[in-house]
Amino acid sequence: MKWFKRMRKWGLLAAAAATVAALSVYCAQKPSGTVMGSGAEKVYVAPGTYDEFYAFMSGGFSGQVSVYGLPSGRLLRVIPVFSQNPENAYGYAEETKPMLNTSFGFVPWDDAHHPELSQTNGVPDGRWLFINGNNTTRIARLDLKTFETDEIIEIPNAAGNHASPFITMNTEYTVSSTRFSVPIPQADVAISEYAKKFKGTISFVKVDSDGKMSIAFQILVPGYNYDLAHAGKGPSHGWCFFTTYNTEQANTLLEVNASKYDKDYIAAVNWKKAEEYVAQGKAKTWPAKYAHNYMNHDTQTAESEMLTSVKVLDPADCPGMIYYLPTPKSPHGVDVDPTGEYIAAGGKLATVIPVHSFSKMLTAIEEKKFVGEVDNIPVLEYEAVMAGEVQNPGLGPLHTEFDGKGYAYTSAFISSEIVKWKLGTWEVVDRIPVYYSIGHLMIPGGDSMKPWGKYVIALNKVTKDRYLPTGPELTQSAQLIDIESGKMTMLLDFPTIGEPHYAQALPADMIMNNSVKYYELSANKNPNAIKSEAEARVERKGNDVHVYMSTIRTHFMPDNIEGVKVGDTVYFHVTNLEQDWDVPHGFAIIGNQNSELLVMPGQTRTIAWHPGKEGVFPFYCTDFCSALHQEMSGYVRVSPRGSGTPISFNKRG
Amino acid sequence: MHRRYLMIVAALAVSTAACEKHRNNSSWSTEAPVVETALVPGATPSRGVGPITYFDVNTIPASRATEGEQLFKTRCSACHKIEERYIGPALSGVTKRRQPEWILNMILKPELMLAQDPVAMELLAKFLTPMANQNMTQHEAESVYAYFREHDKSLPDLPADGSADTAAPEEETPKGPPGTN
Repeated sequence: MKWFKRMRKWGLLAAAAATVAALSVYCAQKPSGTVMGSGAEKVYVAPGTYDEFYAFMSGGFSGQVSVYGLPSGRLLRVIPVFSQNPENAYGYAEETKPMLNTSFGFVPWDDAHHPELSQTNGVPDGRWLFINGNNTTRIARLDLKTFETDEIIEIPNAAGNHASPFITMNTEYTVSSTRFSVPIPQADVAISEYAKKFKGTISFVKVDSDGKMSIAFQILVPGYNYDLAHAGKGPSHGWCFFTTYNTEQANTLLEVNASKYDKDYIAAVNWKKAEEYVAQGKAKTWPAKYAHNYMNHDTQTAESEMLTSVKVLDPADCPGMIYYLPTPKSPHGVDVDPTGEYIAAGGKLATVIPVHSFSKMLTAIEEKKFVGEVDNIPVLEYEAVMAGEVQNPGLGPLHTEFDGKGYAYTSAFISSEIVKWKLGTWEVVDRIPVYYSIGHLMIPGGDSMKPWGKYVIALNKVTKDRYLPTGPELTQSAQLIDIESGKMTMLLDFPTIGEPHYAQALPADMIMNNSVKYYELSANKNPNAIKSEAEARVERKGNDVHVYMSTIRTHFMPDNIEGVKVGDTVYFHVTNLEQDWDVPHGFAIIGNQNSELLVMPGQTRTIAWHPGKEGVFPFYCTDFCSALHQEMSGYVRVSPRGSGTPISFNKRG
Repeated sequence: MHRRYLMIVAALAVSTAACEKHRNNSSWSTEAPVVETALVPGATPSRGVGPITYFDVNTIPASRATEGEQLFKTRCSACHKIEERYIGPALSGVTKRRQPEWILNMILKPELMLAQDPVAMELLAKFLTPMANQNMTQHEAESVYAYFREHDKSLPDLPADGSADTAAPEEETPKGPPGTN
């Protein structure tokens, strides 16, 4: 039995060694996964005090934008953009329904990917937030005074608006590019004719001084997939860069067939040159049907117009307007550093991060260092435009943000980490694991000329074991990482709505002081508004019944309505007479196949109701407004079709 | 004006220091010298809590009542009627039973009044719905005051000895729920 004893001895030793090893692994991992000491203080925002930054995160497939405070990670608000929101009647109320109009009709959902703050002189200015609708090719503009969606424009001749809505340094343009090439103009053709008949477009959407968007011109490009974009800044102002993949022009099993070539392209567009060509009349006017929806601030009602043409530039007519920069391999992100000189590509399937030089690109164009041409677009020589390659950048590099101190931070999806590297030397100086599968990352102002390089946020697709389980569907997540001290330190995990695809952030004082507290009742020009209880009334117009109703703490006027009949359409036009901050009133009626209303102070909102059966039906205020909120209610009497019950309603004073 | 006289102490008679103090107390910080006003006799003596320390009602002409009536209609009438109790108390006679400063402070800073002024607190306890802040300017609140004053012109003044009951109007004697007699 000697061997047995020996085995036991060895076994114990082995177990002890394994324990020590496990402990040392645990200890080694601890600093990256756990907040140590002052880390908690760095994200603690005491009750009643404000966060330092606003962060705007896309809701991804929720179609909305979420607003968080940093560094606390507290969710402040969800702003409905592309999806109906029964919580506040966005897309249900008559005043906001037109915002979701498209050439396909009413589209109640989209996939919101990239929030982009407006900029002045290359720095976020806190006026507006733009965001793309990835599915039904749209760009929305949100007003950061009211945190409401102010405008949505559809992009024609495009399918899948992914490389969008990145803006130029003075918000001259927001851009869009088709993710999925399609027949342009759309036509009934065999899918196998992809290479011959499918095209892409790059669109430049003009932004007026009041924010209003209009499509200035589109550029016809070869039928690849266009993925992301960023505009030049400083010396590269006037240019905009777009990544492509699927230069193979595959139309099936793209994961294999669109990953064959060792390089794809970054399209460099000289938009100032494009403007000149438009001015010279080089653009052709194509018929195109697309919706343009915007909030009329006087009537507080969204208006929708269907536009019918767009200007299209063909590179064949416009030499010098667009070039292709070969870039390894299936590049995803394209990010311009704060100086405007370096253009970093997230070479999704590449083993390096290729970084192009803007000045080298200009020289290469001047010296005609072309290796070929695609559909009249010259292809530049890789070595002639490349500034450097970051070696060993992690697996699956996607996106890069900058801290303004000479460093770049790149997300690596497959190896779940952020890699910090130095501009100019291209050496990796730090890396930190993130949990898990990071897509975009964000430094406040990190894609602008003046980053506030205090934090980087990892926007993760997968959380697995990081939070309490919630059934098959788990939250996606953001992680806040300190970058101020030089070494990246994990501070905080917080869950996000939908998919936190990309984000933008800026110091709180650039927005909070402009925040609207209520709408002036005297300026309310909604045709269905009433300015006092004395104007409250009910009117019948054929089968439509219009209820002009007021709310104030804590009653509706009128609150007893009779004379409605089965088969009528009842429009409740509810005006909130309050003139104070944080006093919305709600309105809901039993059985309504529609949402509730949430009416801000001074605002008028309308909800339609189709009473389907006779009876007496209560309505009530849904937003707890005062001690007698529960009493804020009323009744509508519904009589049979053809009944003689006249319209009547109660009224005081 | 034999009982409701206003004892105006000229600005010159007030020390500069006192003047500064009053200005600092007022968020309006007008350059005009603060004029101390006497209490309206017979009314509850509280001037309330808020931006208005002293309000010289003589500076508001009767003509402002028209503007005040319009404002009352859009900003106040959803909760107040003149002659009858509605959500809040009836306002007939309010300029006789309350100090003008109290009225302005109640319009301009109701949250502060309901938290700190005993008369306002008593009113809230009886009416239960807190007075809404309708974000009026001082000018607008003064016009509403002028509207009340014009209405109250025909009413008798309260006895100067303070013997009139100016407390918040009593609820009707509450009855028990059904079945309890």
